[in-house]
Amino acid sequence: MTSIDTAGLKTMFDAIAVAIEADKDRLCQLDGVIGDADHGIAMALGFGAVRDALALLDLAATEPTALLNTAAKSFLNAVGASSGPLYATAFMRGAAAVKGKTTLAGADFIALFQAMAQGIQDRGKAEIGEKTMVDAWLPAAQAAAAAHASGKTLSESLAAALQAAERGAEATKEMIAAKGRSSRLGERSLGHMDPGAASAVTVIGAMRKSLG
Amino acid sequence: MQTKKIINDGNRTVDEMLEGILAAHPRHLTSAEGSPRSIIARDGPRDGKVGLVIGGGSGHEPTFLGFVGKGLADAAAIGNVFASPPPDPILECAKAASGGAGVLFMYGNYAGDVMNFDMAAEMAAMDDIEVRTVLTTDDVASAPRDQRHKRRGVAGNFFIFKAAGAACDRMLSFDECERIARKANDHTFTMGVALSPCSLPQTRRPNFEIGPDEMEIGMGIHGEPGIARGKLKTADEITDEMLDKIVDEMAPARGDKVAVLVNSLGSTPLMELYIMNRRVKRRLGDIGVSVHATWVGNYCTSLEMAGASVTLMHLDDELQTMLDHPCDCAMFRAG
Repeated sequence: MTSIDTAGLKTMFDAIAVAIEADKDRLCQLDGVIGDADHGIAMALGFGAVRDALALLDLAATEPTALLNTAAKSFLNAVGASSGPLYATAFMRGAAAVKGKTTLAGADFIALFQAMAQGIQDRGKAEIGEKTMVDAWLPAAQAAAAAHASGKTLSESLAAALQAAERGAEATKEMIAAKGRSSRLGERSLGHMDPGAASAVTVIGAMRKSLG
Repeated sequence: MQTKKIINDGNRTVDEMLEGILAAHPRHLTSAEGSPRSIIARDGPRDGKVGLVIGGGSGHEPTFLGFVGKGLADAAAIGNVFASPPPDPILECAKAASGGAGVLFMYGNYAGDVMNFDMAAEMAAMDDIEVRTVLTTDDVASAPRDQRHKRRGVAGNFFIFKAAGAACDRMLSFDECERIARKANDHTFTMGVALSPCSLPQTRRPNFEIGPDEMEIGMGIHGEPGIARGKLKTADEITDEMLDKIVDEMAPARGDKVAVLVNSLGSTPLMELYIMNRRVKRRLGDIGVSVHATWVGNYCTSLEMAGASVTLMHLDDELQTMLDHPCDCAMFRAG
């Protein structure tokens, strides 16, 4: 039976920071094609700030909700941009979803994961098919919940989430952007993967690896 | 190959720039206590006056902080290069600008800015500061005419902020300041052309590719692709192409007046801007439109991008009065 404590969540955020840092240049290049070429910088800055802020916490005295709120605030204040409010809202909603718990069972983490995706959608007001990170996050959350409901382990559920995120990100190549900066491109955005969806895959991949 | 820049550390450029700006303009600017990314006018905010807070990403200097000062904006929230500031420095700007009569948030229409400024507005409401938001949407190239609300805010910000700042400085009511700000935006039209890319200090890589003999009409001030790419034309042909679109939308009558801004995106020199302005004046004269005032230079840049934009503000008596209203900012003075 999986049980994730605050230390486990910190390890997960550290893993995301490493994965995003390694992926920074590719994300900037994807963004350069249809945006302003800074998505990798913003994501690396944000998760780097989260790593630094979590390192200062006394983990034994910190509940998951407080850790997630610290992550939200540090990400937001380091980044601004679009990814700042989106990921900060994700972490705050995740924090609210596990309020009062000291350790997270598999079902708790699935609830946290779903709240993150919902938070991103609520903050950015994007729908599926508009070529944004929602195209990776929402299918990932649905796949994770469905897998877990059918009796899969957390690790298997997150693997399903990652697959769904990868498919969703791939599908953004065939979409015309309707939200964000690239929406002014019209059909010229066709054929290019949305950088926000691409980084979502990296984030979810690091989460799966860390918690699997 | 990395681009050449005079910097120390790609991650410290914004903070080091701010340090230099405060050192250069101590009479005009300060930063909010404990919030170095909140730049406040020394002589601006006062009791009973509607506060004007502007802001956005860095890399567009003198936009935004150069327009902070008496008669224009009370405060500017400063983001990373090409990235919206987070809510906290925006909130500190709102507190500093608040004179109890409400605070206007004005900034370019970009998804990131909207999210961060909206979060800051919600936080300000909890501190009993009423915030209203007027987005700038002057970039004609960025969405069709019937979707003006989707357009980006670019160099026309300068005229729109100027008019709104004057309304605030004249102690008009919150409703009036907001009305004039919206009207200023509705009357302002910009078209840009890019010739070569810029590069972010953190990557020092060109942020888009463009052929040595090409130009891109309608490119955004963050290098967002524009509406058409073609062979580089002459100054007159480029100016005509941009003016045709602007005039078509603005639909001025003979005898109408405009204000003109010919703006460099960064590395295009004054010489070329004045060549363009010569054509602007001539073409407007041909259709019986007179130029009330002209500004030429670096007003809204995109780091070292080569290219330029032309902005016209369609004036009536009220907007003309607001443009003529004196202001005294770190990087801009009028009246």
